[in-house]
Amino acid sequence: MSYSNAEIWLIIALLGVGTFLIRFSFLGLIGDRPMPPIVLKLLRFTPVAVLPGMVAPLVLWPAATGGVPDPARLTAAIITVAVGIWTRSAIWGIMAGISTLYLALWAFTAL
Amino acid sequence: MTSSTVKAPAKSAYWEGLRDGSPFILMVVPFATVFGVVATDAGLSVAQAMGFSVLVIAGASQFAAVQMMLENAGIAFVLLAALAVNLRMAMYSAALVPYLGPAPLWKRALVAYLNFDQSYILSVTRYEARPEMSVTDRAAYFFGVASAIAPLWCAMTLVGIFAGSAIPESWALDFIVPIMFLAMVSPMLKSSAHVAAAAVSIIVALALVGLPSGIGLLIAAGAAMVTGALVETWIERRKA
Repeated sequence: MSYSNAEIWLIIALLGVGTFLIRFSFLGLIGDRPMPPIVLKLLRFTPVAVLPGMVAPLVLWPAATGGVPDPARLTAAIITVAVGIWTRSAIWGIMAGISTLYLALWAFTAL
Repeated sequence: MTSSTVKAPAKSAYWEGLRDGSPFILMVVPFATVFGVVATDAGLSVAQAMGFSVLVIAGASQFAAVQMMLENAGIAFVLLAALAVNLRMAMYSAALVPYLGPAPLWKRALVAYLNFDQSYILSVTRYEARPEMSVTDRAAYFFGVASAIAPLWCAMTLVGIFAGSAIPESWALDFIVPIMFLAMVSPMLKSSAHVAAAAVSIIVALALVGLPSGIGLLIAAGAAMVTGALVETWIERRKA
């Protein structure tokens, strides 16, 4: 990480203010005026639009292995998604994913 | 009417919120602890890691910001990625207006600060089931749910910060964040529009991975949002 202390605090402060303003937006400022349906529709997709794109390169080319695809991490990623979809629960996905990761890391080094 | 009869329902609404919110402790404890661990591991100071949990108080975006910072993305891109993850909360904010709009400004500001996925979802479900609830009771219920979550979020971040320095590299902490994101997103893949948005996000992000960090993700997220909205519109029209 190559930021100065001041830059890190700037990020935290702006992110704090920005997040509050997003949460306060309608409740505090805009009130009961209806939002255009297209805006609501786009907003609904933000988490599934941002997070998969952020994770995909980390899954395929992890920095910890010098960018070489790693079977243990790939397996853990696939199991996490499968269990997350199947149980509809983030917490089960995390538990399954982390257990798989350690099991696979151990298995692939032991083999 | 004495003041105690006025206060009693609000008080019980608060306790009901606290009770309904408490199962989420199971989720908050590991999330917050891992954030403390990951933030420390990334090189943030104790105060900075705590600053994230107290001032931003939004799990996924905190992880997103730290991940972008690890990639040394420009400050604007760190902020854009992390704020984009939080944009869904504008929707929550809008959805609470019919129920909490008449509450005093300080209460609405506090609700905004404490508006997480869990507090929003539980509260709106409750408000819909009990239309007779007063505005005071609604706010009390919301604060009850948030009380089960927010203090623990900060406390467990601190635990993670101090536990983090004791964790060896063989624990592959680098991959805990991707697993958390994947686990958060998978349950959201509930319609073909969501699946299409996620697929476009992945494909575009991978294709643009050579661009300076943050830019590719921004384009991918924009393309994915438009895809999701288009597919949903298309499905609605076919049903109609």
